[in-house]
Amino acid sequence: MKWDWGAVRDFMPQFWEGLLVTLQALALGSLISFTLGLVWALLMRTPTRWVRWPVGVVTEFVRDTPLLVQLFFLFYVLPEWGIAASALTTGVVAIGLHYSTYTMQVYRAGIEAVPPGQWEAATALSLPVRHTWTAVILPQAVRRVVPALGNYVIAMLKDTPLLMTITVLEMLGEARLFSQEHFQFTEPLTVIGVAFILISFPASLLVRALERRLAS
Amino acid sequence: MTSGLWEIVLSGVWVTIQLLLFSALLGGVVAFVVGIARTHRLRSVRFLAGLYTEVFRGTSALVMIFWVYFVLPPAFGWQLVPMWAGTLALGLTYGAYGTEIVRGALNAVEPAQREGGIALGFTPWQRMRLILLPQAVPEMIPSFGNLLIELLKGTALVSVMGMGDLAFSGNLVRLALQESAEIYSYILVIYFVIAFLLARLMRGLEKRLKQPTGGAA
Repeated sequence: MKWDWGAVRDFMPQFWEGLLVTLQALALGSLISFTLGLVWALLMRTPTRWVRWPVGVVTEFVRDTPLLVQLFFLFYVLPEWGIAASALTTGVVAIGLHYSTYTMQVYRAGIEAVPPGQWEAATALSLPVRHTWTAVILPQAVRRVVPALGNYVIAMLKDTPLLMTITVLEMLGEARLFSQEHFQFTEPLTVIGVAFILISFPASLLVRALERRLAS
Repeated sequence: MTSGLWEIVLSGVWVTIQLLLFSALLGGVVAFVVGIARTHRLRSVRFLAGLYTEVFRGTSALVMIFWVYFVLPPAFGWQLVPMWAGTLALGLTYGAYGTEIVRGALNAVEPAQREGGIALGFTPWQRMRLILLPQAVPEMIPSFGNLLIELLKGTALVSVMGMGDLAFSGNLVRLALQESAEIYSYILVIYFVIAFLLARLMRGLEKRLKQPTGGAA
């Protein structure tokens, strides 16, 4: 196997650009999935079956089908529907939507883990529903779910290369561009592989440490 | 959609199912071998197995697929048939996720069970085969069911390399139809149906495996 350090050096400027796009997509995707997931989780707790049922079916469907096909769907169908969005925006929305169906489960578990006494106390104090949620339930639930959400941020990081398929130049996109121009595949692909490990491994250690701290 | 286009979709379904089957088999072998190695008493074995898990879980599955397709051939002088390249990349990646399931389930078996095996003079392999695995495997099934659905979704990634799976044939049909919403809706529904059937299958398997350990045996 030949290894060319020169190619690594030449790739670096493009690598940093790709990393920036990857991190941008990750940050925005996380934000969408965190908010939307909470919305789904709250909708699933409404007393009306006519709300719970469609939300349940749609999120189940989104969770069990490939993100890649969902990306293609949004990327090619949105323009047909007259919605003009950039590739990055489309990709971020797809990632956020896909992972919101996972974070929704996390929030649900977190909400269910709040002791019943807390609900009863809120009822006894005759707190309005909105205050029960914002002042009593959610602050306790969200703290518990932080590590689990962290795991999904790591999973999202590893799904950002899919954006390459809809022309977003994140890390893998830049690596592919470089290798097509210079006909050197080994170095750029290895560099970004290592970059993924260097980000995700410390991140998963951090999540595990958080879990332990919350458990004790 | 004309019947010719449906034929393309059906051949894509077949490729996806084959790929799913092969990479699930490879992934299962990897999960058990590396997962059991992670509970080994030798520190060095545990370390190597842990390293494997971190490397293959830490990189993105799509990056791994690119690596298998573009780096392996010039590096080792041979090129894999797309089906085996896809199987290798997916099996090794999702197998790494499986190691955590195996390790967790083995660790969840009561320590007294292991001690009982030692007291009876079982060899480590006998303890694993006769005491630990029969109790741990039923516990693994729900997690493996989830992982199998993740793997199904992961198979779509090979379409990026031009392998004619379901996602790829969806793209072909889109180009033929010049219309996206219809075909992608069909493709998503087909994936969902496969995922649904897999989930059912795993639930049935779980029920069957859990029956004998009810204490009545």
